[in-house]
Amino acid sequence: MANAITEEAVQKTVYEALPQFGVDEGDITREATFEDLDVDSLDLAELSQIIEDEYGVALKGDDVGKIKTVGDAIDLVIQKGS
Amino acid sequence: MSRPENAVALVTGASKGIGSAIAKSLAADGWAVAVNYRSDEAGANAAVKAIEEAGGTAKAIHADVTSGDGKALLKQIEDDLGGPVLALVNNAGVARDNIVLQLTDEDWDVVIGTNLTPAFRLTRDALRPMIKARYGRVINIASVVGPRANAGQSNYAAAKAGLIGMTKTIAAEVARRGVTVNAVAPGFIATDMTADLATDEIVKAIPARRQGTPEEVAAAVRFLASDDAGYVTGTTLYVDGGMSA
Repeated sequence: MANAITEEAVQKTVYEALPQFGVDEGDITREATFEDLDVDSLDLAELSQIIEDEYGVALKGDDVGKIKTVGDAIDLVIQKGS
Repeated sequence: MSRPENAVALVTGASKGIGSAIAKSLAADGWAVAVNYRSDEAGANAAVKAIEEAGGTAKAIHADVTSGDGKALLKQIEDDLGGPVLALVNNAGVARDNIVLQLTDEDWDVVIGTNLTPAFRLTRDALRPMIKARYGRVINIASVVGPRANAGQSNYAAAKAGLIGMTKTIAAEVARRGVTVNAVAPGFIATDMTADLATDEIVKAIPARRQGTPEEVAAAVRFLASDDAGYVTGTTLYVDGGMSA
C-alpha cells in the first residue's frame, strides 16, 4: 500500500535514504546538488526504487537524469504523484 | 558478506541438462531453488524431487522467460519459496543452427530472443531486491561459442558473446552494492542439445579429449554463487576442457 505523498513525507524519505549511499547527514539540504553529495546514477536509481516502494511513483530514467538537487528530487516525486 | 538465510536462487531453463545440474548443485549448497521450465514439466518435477530427496528445497516454476513479466515472476517465486531471488542463473537457451547465408530472420530472432534478451530483462528486475539486500549473484550461462568461432552458429555466437559483454558492464555498474555478475562459458557438454553432433570428431579438437558433464558446469556456477566468490565479478569462467586455451 503506497503512502500519501506530502512534501514533508517525501523529504523525510529522501533525507533518510541518502546516508545509505555514504552521504553525510549534515550535508543534506534541499539546495545541495547530487554532484556535490557524490550521489551518482546507481544511487539515484536506488533512490527511485525506494520512492517507488514507498509511494508507488515510478521515476523513469529520463526524469531522474534531469534532476540536479535534493529539492529537485522531492519536487519531482510530488509532481509525478499528484 | 554472507548469503541471507532466506535467499532463493532462480535457474531458468532448469528442467534438464546443464540447468537441472545447476539447480541441484545450488540446492546442495543451501540455496532454495526455483526450477524454471517452459514446456518440460516432468523434467522440472524430476529435478525438484531429486533436490528434495537430497534434503534440499526447490519448486518447479512454470514461465516462458522470452515473454511475460519478469517482476511478476520474481514476486511469485518470493511468495512460493519464502525469500527474495538473490541468485539468478540465466541458463535458458536454444540453438537454431545454419550457415549465415541460409540463416533466416526468424532463427536469428528466436536465438537472440531466448538466449540474450530474457537475461537482460530478468537481471534488471532481479537486481532490485539484490541491491536492497546488498547481496546478489547473477550468473549468465554463455558459451565457448561467441568468444570462439563455430561455423553454423552466428546467431548463437552473437547471443552468447552478447551475454559476456552484458555481464562485464552490469558487473561494473552494481559491484559496490555487494552484487556480483559473472558468466560461465561451457564448451562441448554432453546434453540433449549436443546429442546429434559428431561427437568423436569434435572431441579430437578438445585438449581434454572428452566432453564435459553438466555437473562440471554446475560446479563453476556453484562457486560463483557462493560467499567465497564475493570478490569475483565481471569475469567469464570457461568450463571447456581447454577449447578456449
